[in-house]
Amino acid sequence: MEIYELTVHELLEKLDKKEITKKQILDSYASRISEKEKDVQAFITITDDNLEEKLNNVSSNPSKFAGLPIGIKDNICTKGVKTTCASKMLENFVSPYDATVMEKINAEGLISLGKLNMDEFAMGGSTEHSYFKKTRNPWNLNKVPGGSSGGSAAAVASGMVPWALGSDTGGSIREPASFCGIVGLKPTYGLVSRYGLVAFASSLDQIGTLTKDVEDTAILLNIIAGHDSKDTTSINHEKEDYTLALKDDVKGLKIGVPIEYFGEGIDKEVREAINKVIEKYKELGATVEECSLNVAEYALATYYIIACAEASSNLGRFDGIRYGYRSKNYENLKDIYKNSRSEGFGSEVKRRIILGTYVLSSGYYDAYYKKAQQVRTLVKKEFAKNFEKYDVILAPTAPNVAFDIGSKIDNPLQMYLSDICTVPVNIAGLPGINVPCGLNNEGMPIGFQLIGKPFDESTIIRAAYTYEKNTNFRKNKPEFKK
Amino acid sequence: MQVSREELLHIANLADLKLKDEEIDTYLTHLEEILNYANIVNSAPIEGLEETIGMNDNENVFRKDEVVPSYKREELLQNAPEEQSGMFKIPKVMN
Repeated sequence: MEIYELTVHELLEKLDKKEITKKQILDSYASRISEKEKDVQAFITITDDNLEEKLNNVSSNPSKFAGLPIGIKDNICTKGVKTTCASKMLENFVSPYDATVMEKINAEGLISLGKLNMDEFAMGGSTEHSYFKKTRNPWNLNKVPGGSSGGSAAAVASGMVPWALGSDTGGSIREPASFCGIVGLKPTYGLVSRYGLVAFASSLDQIGTLTKDVEDTAILLNIIAGHDSKDTTSINHEKEDYTLALKDDVKGLKIGVPIEYFGEGIDKEVREAINKVIEKYKELGATVEECSLNVAEYALATYYIIACAEASSNLGRFDGIRYGYRSKNYENLKDIYKNSRSEGFGSEVKRRIILGTYVLSSGYYDAYYKKAQQVRTLVKKEFAKNFEKYDVILAPTAPNVAFDIGSKIDNPLQMYLSDICTVPVNIAGLPGINVPCGLNNEGMPIGFQLIGKPFDESTIIRAAYTYEKNTNFRKNKPEFKK
Repeated sequence: MQVSREELLHIANLADLKLKDEEIDTYLTHLEEILNYANIVNSAPIEGLEETIGMNDNENVFRKDEVVPSYKREELLQNAPEEQSGMFKIPKVMN
């Protein structure tokens, strides 16, 4: 196996046995980037320069991770390196501060190899809405990598970084992880600080991990989780060691499978793959039962109301005054606002701002926004009811595998419907993890999702780890089909 | 859900966005489609349910009102499209 194919825990083992050096690891990733980035287009900014110097700078850091590489989604603020949100609006923005997760990453001495592509302001499910480039799926370069953390998922899947950070507002970690055949965790709302994450929908956004396997997920979650006084929605939850959950054991675990997730809208091969997962869990000693979670459609409608409403407010700050794009075409202050926003935002971002402004405007607030906030309560209650009986809920991550680039770009509603399996988890603030479980007949990855109780990341990590240990998805490798 | 051209332009104006003529028709179609779908929330069994506003039970998160070092002015101005004398520069607001 090449170094760039290894997981982080495998790299650590080899370092421990002195079979490889950190310099070799960094070089292996840098040469992988120079080989594959031209096909995959995962990065907006590459920072693999002066690696030897960067490695020297962390030589006194006692962390075992010091000097290992990582990739960062480009909506997470990094001091001194551009944070563009894949938008013309922030094309030249250099954050004067680090996001809290970056302070944690830097404290461990991890070296960022770059900022990863995404849908503009994280709005999208295919990474086609980036202002800069379209990222390609490493399994088939004509397919989308998913989104919005498509650059993060594609970079990990193609071995250009060993792991990456992403963000998930309605599935933006889990869906691309599923499309690219890797593991993606969206933690419970409030477990990871959002300070320095460029806000899209503040009550739904959560930073999480994209990794090659479940063990790396637990390791990276250990690094980024924790209360932060700079984020008032972050929770003062007792610090846990998620690697303790890495046990090959699901005996007695109660898994609920919502029948609503197996309807007509779900691709046949996806359904078949998930059914095999269910059989596997039964074989491993878990109890698997059908349950009902009849909220998916309500949750999706609610999501697009709430997320757009919050986005219309959050993106109000982009006015061409303090930072970001300023139109050259203006005579007065109002012109600056209007022209900078109209020229600086892409079409999907504008669409969502308009939709959000609409549902918040007088006359429609009660019909849409207020109802959506009540539906959110309904969704939370439905999950809570199921969690009285089950430890975890199992469902497909996406209704389909990665689709062709360009095939949904002109039909926003069609694109939104792809989020139907992931969105309820954000609406209820729960943790969810994508685990790869096979390839379809075209060789594209299929993933399933495990949903846990609030702050019970440990149980979904244990269940995911057990499945992974007893199957062998990683024997499949992306082929960069053209 | 029928959205009129005037309504769309009004909403865009509220959001400080100017739409080009060729954008207007596309946005109208998309907005109608999406709103029709979003209408499902009106048939959800939500009678008597409270609204969920925040995702967790945090409320009134206080901190001590202490003076701490802040960012340097130059650092915060480095992203400004235009600045003058250490301040953000905007066109004249009053005649």
